[in-house]
Amino acid sequence: MTFSSPNFSTTSLHRKPGLLRNRANGAMTALAATFATIAVLPLIFVIAYVLIKGISVLSPSIFFELPPPPGLDGGGIGNALIGTLVVTLISCVFAVPVGVGGGIYLAEFSQGNKFAEFVRFGTNVLAGVPSIIAGVFIYGLVVSTRVIFGNSYSAVAGGLALAVLMLPTIIKTTDEGLKLVPQELRWGALGVGASTFVTTMKVVLPAAVAPIATGVVLAIARSAGETAPLIFTALFSPFWPEGIFKPLATMSVLIFNFAIMPYEAQITLAWAASFVLVVMILGMNIFARWISGFAQR
Amino acid sequence: MEATRRDLLYTLRHRPASDKLVDNGFRSLVTALAALVGIVLLAIFLVVFWEAREAIQLFGFNFITSTTWNPVEEKFGAFTAIYGTILTSVLALLLAVPLGVGTAIFLTENFIHQKYRTIISNMVELLAAIPSVVLGLWAIFVLEPTIRPVLNLIHDKLGFIPFFSTPANGPGFMPAVLILVVMLLPIITAISRDCLNQVPPDLRQAAYGIGATRWTSIFQVILPAAVSGIIGGIMLALGRAMGETMAVTMIIGNSTSFNLSWFAPGNTIAALLANQFGEADGVQVSALMYAALVLMIITFIVNVLAQWIVKRLSLKYD
Repeated sequence: MTFSSPNFSTTSLHRKPGLLRNRANGAMTALAATFATIAVLPLIFVIAYVLIKGISVLSPSIFFELPPPPGLDGGGIGNALIGTLVVTLISCVFAVPVGVGGGIYLAEFSQGNKFAEFVRFGTNVLAGVPSIIAGVFIYGLVVSTRVIFGNSYSAVAGGLALAVLMLPTIIKTTDEGLKLVPQELRWGALGVGASTFVTTMKVVLPAAVAPIATGVVLAIARSAGETAPLIFTALFSPFWPEGIFKPLATMSVLIFNFAIMPYEAQITLAWAASFVLVVMILGMNIFARWISGFAQR
Repeated sequence: MEATRRDLLYTLRHRPASDKLVDNGFRSLVTALAALVGIVLLAIFLVVFWEAREAIQLFGFNFITSTTWNPVEEKFGAFTAIYGTILTSVLALLLAVPLGVGTAIFLTENFIHQKYRTIISNMVELLAAIPSVVLGLWAIFVLEPTIRPVLNLIHDKLGFIPFFSTPANGPGFMPAVLILVVMLLPIITAISRDCLNQVPPDLRQAAYGIGATRWTSIFQVILPAAVSGIIGGIMLALGRAMGETMAVTMIIGNSTSFNLSWFAPGNTIAALLANQFGEADGVQVSALMYAALVLMIITFIVNVLAQWIVKRLSLKYD
């Protein structure tokens, strides 16, 4: 049995680079490569500039001193550094229990009912609420009404505004993390007589701790850099923090306030604060990646 | 005899009341915590609406179409800010979508080794982590001075077009648009990349099998298969762009008068709030809250639309 060779020239089996479609192909590939390069360039420019500018102005005293009065030299961002830590901590106190609790409800108890669908929808909408709106909301709810023991602007108000922004991230990652826990673990725990509470807290939650922790760290990293919710909730203060019911300085608001000042010393401090903030946030992001990578192993 | 022994072995024990109480309490607690999301969302609308009611009564729908923003005479209209919000985000999207989707295609095709693609991918995602206030600082001191000569060149050559009719000398729409592009790129790239990765490889193989080139199969097979997710991501990015505050506030110039030129100082709703809220009192606070309400409703519509698109238009492959 032999096949009779059909009558076509074998050259049609060779790729012709000169064809229009092959040229267009090469051109598009080059275009995509260019776009990818352009997308990466801003990161390199921003990071490089912040690091170079930041390191050149960095000195140990910057971490322990107050910002100088306008027109004077020197000083530091000590109060803002503490302020950022305090406000972020307060926001965690509000957002983590609510977020993890809500996530537990969605993954463990809801069984996909209408209410759960509404909560998931609400979470997605809340994730899209502009950060400045969170600030305006807390201003109207807490600051202007002075409900927190008669205090208007305070670190607690700032923390609440940040918590509104952290909440959706934490709920979503908790929900998704818990869904990854194998159903057999729950059956096993319930089978040996554990109550739902014990099953959830002692078996399911520990099994999902890595994705939840990743989500929390990412949420903290985002909220540490947020400025808009803080400018009229936590406000600013040129002094050391005087407790959580008083206005206090944060690094992000310090950058915003000092960037537009006509004084060299303030602008220098803004760059120093940017450097510290960027290093902190990138560090937390890499840490979050490490946690999730650690869990996958 | 047999029966009693079995009863002794397997007594049906009831759970203690405390056990049930803890279970029910826990269940109620997490349900309440989940409900808090809805309550917060509702409260945001109610609080902003409540604070804005005075301005809503005073200005009604004229607020959206009027360009006067005069705190001295207490006459407020937010058209300039609404126009600025939409203009900056749409222009930023026009630039960021081709760049972001192109980058996503580059990262999902096998042009370069997987190792390098992961590195680029991670770098773009880290860009999303940089606080917007830092990007704003960078925009003031690096980006704006760098692009100013280019903008002025465009003004010299194409100044007869109304959009380029003023020289660029400092903050304005265009630098704000560019810094928004930097902020939107990671969002669009990450979402598009995930959507493209989910397209089943069979589709690509089938396209190659019938003789399509790489880019024919990308444009006619792979992109259409992933388009719903990509559009959803673009809508999310649009919502983010309209709500973006700090970087835009620092570089847009915060002018409350209307100007058609893209090189002139302008304003967005978020920037208006960030700038004036601190020093406002009386009707102005209410007017600012009204502007916040408008911003909330716009972003709400955009976000719900994004979710709907992803849900309804996605092609399902099993």
